[in-house]
Amino acid sequence: MTTVSMTVNGKQISGEVEDRTLLSTFLRENQGLTGTHIGCDTSQCGACLVHMDGKAVKSCSMLAVQATGSAVTTIEGVSQNGQLHIMQKAFKENHGLQCGFCTPGMIMSAIDMIDRLGTDLDEKTIRHELEGNICRCTGYHNIVKAIKAAADEMAEVLEAAE
Amino acid sequence: MTAEGIGARVLRKEDKRFITGNGRYTDDMTMQRMGHAAFVRSTHAHARIKSINTDDAMKMPGVDAVLNGHQLVADGIGNIICGWMIHSKDGSPMNMGAYRALESETVRYVGQAIAVVVADTQQQARDAAEAVVVEYEDLPAVVDSLDALKDGAPQLHPEAAGNLIYDWEIGEEAPTDEAFANAAHITRMDIDNNRLVPNPMEPRSALAHFDPSEEHYTLYTTSQNPHVARLVLSAFYNVAPENKLRVVAPDVGGGFGSKIFIYPEEIACLWATKRVGRPVKWTSDRTEAFLTDAHGRDHHSTAELALDANNKITGFRVKTVANLGAYMSLFSSSVPTYLYATLLSGQYNIPNIYANVKAVYTNTTPVDAYRGAGRPEATYVVERMMETAAKEVGMAPAEFRRINFVREFPHQTPVIMAYDAGDYEASLDAAMKAIDYDGFAQRRTQSEAAGKLRGIGMSCYIEACGIAPSQAVGSLGAGVGLWESAEVRVNAVGTIEVLTGSHSHGQGHETTFAQLVSDRLGLPTESISIVHGDTDKVQMGMGTYGSRSGAVGMSAIAKALDKVEAKAKKIAAHLMEASEGDIEIENGELKVTGTDKKLTFTEVSLAAYTAHNLPEGMEPGLKEGAFYDPTNFTFPAGCYICEVEVDPDTGVVSIENFVAADDFGTIINPMIVEGQVHGGLVQGIGQAMLEHTQYDEDGQLLTASYMDYTMPRADDVPSFTLETTVTECPGNPLGMKGCGEAGAIGSPPAVINAVTDALGIRDMNMPASPNRVWQLIQDNGMKQAAE
Repeated sequence: MTTVSMTVNGKQISGEVEDRTLLSTFLRENQGLTGTHIGCDTSQCGACLVHMDGKAVKSCSMLAVQATGSAVTTIEGVSQNGQLHIMQKAFKENHGLQCGFCTPGMIMSAIDMIDRLGTDLDEKTIRHELEGNICRCTGYHNIVKAIKAAADEMAEVLEAAE
Repeated sequence: MTAEGIGARVLRKEDKRFITGNGRYTDDMTMQRMGHAAFVRSTHAHARIKSINTDDAMKMPGVDAVLNGHQLVADGIGNIICGWMIHSKDGSPMNMGAYRALESETVRYVGQAIAVVVADTQQQARDAAEAVVVEYEDLPAVVDSLDALKDGAPQLHPEAAGNLIYDWEIGEEAPTDEAFANAAHITRMDIDNNRLVPNPMEPRSALAHFDPSEEHYTLYTTSQNPHVARLVLSAFYNVAPENKLRVVAPDVGGGFGSKIFIYPEEIACLWATKRVGRPVKWTSDRTEAFLTDAHGRDHHSTAELALDANNKITGFRVKTVANLGAYMSLFSSSVPTYLYATLLSGQYNIPNIYANVKAVYTNTTPVDAYRGAGRPEATYVVERMMETAAKEVGMAPAEFRRINFVREFPHQTPVIMAYDAGDYEASLDAAMKAIDYDGFAQRRTQSEAAGKLRGIGMSCYIEACGIAPSQAVGSLGAGVGLWESAEVRVNAVGTIEVLTGSHSHGQGHETTFAQLVSDRLGLPTESISIVHGDTDKVQMGMGTYGSRSGAVGMSAIAKALDKVEAKAKKIAAHLMEASEGDIEIENGELKVTGTDKKLTFTEVSLAAYTAHNLPEGMEPGLKEGAFYDPTNFTFPAGCYICEVEVDPDTGVVSIENFVAADDFGTIINPMIVEGQVHGGLVQGIGQAMLEHTQYDEDGQLLTASYMDYTMPRADDVPSFTLETTVTECPGNPLGMKGCGEAGAIGSPPAVINAVTDALGIRDMNMPASPNRVWQLIQDNGMKQAAE
């Protein structure tokens, strides 16, 4: 067993894990953060996507010990002070989810997409960037629409701030 | 209509928990002292088990027990059933091989469960499962259904000689043969429908708990129909009497049919929890899902269409061989029979139809209902035939369909179904207009100039939903009735809980069902909660599949609301000293027509519960239940048109435009209905372009992960143009038809008709993957033609 320590959603935490414990398992079972989902065994589906030190990672494809000292954000940490993130709101307003299982990974992926590429996103770029996230319910139509709507709204917010 | 009533695009009430990570799925749950299960699975497609050695596994850390099929049988756990009896054309009942939750003698597909390990952690359980040594004696395997029917083929079950489960027929053979004898033109095609894996994103999971003091079990599981699960677990698998077994299906992450069935793993967890004396949880990994979730489709068909000299259809003859895999899953027998061949009339007036279906055992994963269940297979046969026949007789595909459309209703087909309402020309016209069909020739010229091949294809689908009138399905062999139940529970302050036997696993029932109540009573949806998925809370129900939750589930709610309204009106009339017939319900108030006298719904509800001043003889309270049994199937229909461009250098097909025009009857929430269509379309396009389940000749599943099975991703598909036409369904109080499966039913033939049009060829199988399309281009010398 090994002790791992990291910051999760702004809180310093630590836990005892077997060396082989995946970050996804640590978050779900040790920390009780079950919004991070496991949809495959081959790091293809993206349901387990979280942010580590500001970058998107598939938490099923790294060990918990590899996250030692890092700052991890999960879907539970995206809302601030009870206010939904613009991306979360956009998924609801554009019916970008049905069963909800892929949704946390989709939202984390979409936020990362805008962090990396900015808010000027066209449909082709959004579809290409979603390559690492699988949804079986929505046919992606409304997920793409939601991300585009959120990007546009975030651009307005940024513009207003300038 | 209220702001949140029928027809309003109300945002979903359930979304907040999902977008914040607070959804509650089965695998999210944990219990004190919970153990984890892992299954020992067959690595052979067909083998006799010589021995199972658990000695090493039992010594591993954290291991509680390794349990096998001998113990399961000794404890009286029943064999897995098939709930729909099909009789062969000679009158004999279907030939069903024994199917045990844990097999200890002969395994018949790779992944079949042999033993279950329970340990402290999931990793310990998996490690120990790998340490169980099973000694096999290999038997020859067969994976293709046509091979399984050949003389000398490996035999799977002693109960099914020649691997034949049934040899079933529908329609009249002799008059159909006569139509062919007199035909001016006959179109004949061999048509395959490729095997698919449903792949809901949430893998199956089960958490079982036994309370020894109460002799009571609880099962949390990924089910589309928890009450059906309880019924079957209780009545056939002898787990516990119904009153001692609670089944809960909490948030469920998609189903698409694959979570209808009761699988070996859920049975084994319930059985094991009592034996080991602790709660037991199992969650499938994705490869287990590929190996053990019931697959879909897998038909080989030969179809013939007879036309007269005016190109009117006079006969349709179809022979289909359906691969049901190694065992009969819960509703497997009904899929290639009553859910398939009864739709072979399509949208067309066909006087003579005859179909013969042989269902066959092979050494593959069991096959059962997957989104559409039989109706995609029927639509694919019909619409590939219509497109091909039109081209053979030199007619435009749309015109050939038009002259054969059913135009008068009700319309009795030769294959059981009585279509109640529809306007097929309206959806065809809407789709052709939306895709600018007339402009296609010019677009094709532009593509040719760029060295690309362009094609357009259509599909006019019909399906039967709202399953189904209980007496009718009973007469056809169903083991259950297919009604739905509802209870409308008005609280003393006028808020409402609706208990429904339908189950939402992505369909948004918490919103649409509340919209119905809001529409009727004029209350905001926030004061209406939908309760589902728990056998302790909800009265008996039949669950969600076959696009039935609107047409059947909501009809039950409407019926219960009728009773609530009637009682509320009686109370209001009594309190306001008016005649009951003069009371109207509007905007959350009960008003006396033509006066300014009114009471709020809250005041009437409170009066019902204080019971200080009720009409004489009236019971206190305001809570009513109803069971609704449908009067007929419903018949959603529509027209899909797909336009593709093919790169002849690479064989890559891109969908340039896809239009779907659907008639679903009354629509409660257009936003949610559009979402259902989008998702269905991508599953159908996935089948047509990407997805394919591949076994090698020894029965090893080659496509058992997302590295090998091509799931549609965002950049594989376009955005869609949707059109709606409406003919109300006369068979239910709301006029609803159902929308959950249409996309997956109508789209595959539209795609393949477009690809074959682009390539200028007649025949091809799904999926239209780049390598297959590229090979067809080479075989037909089209690359040079395009350049």
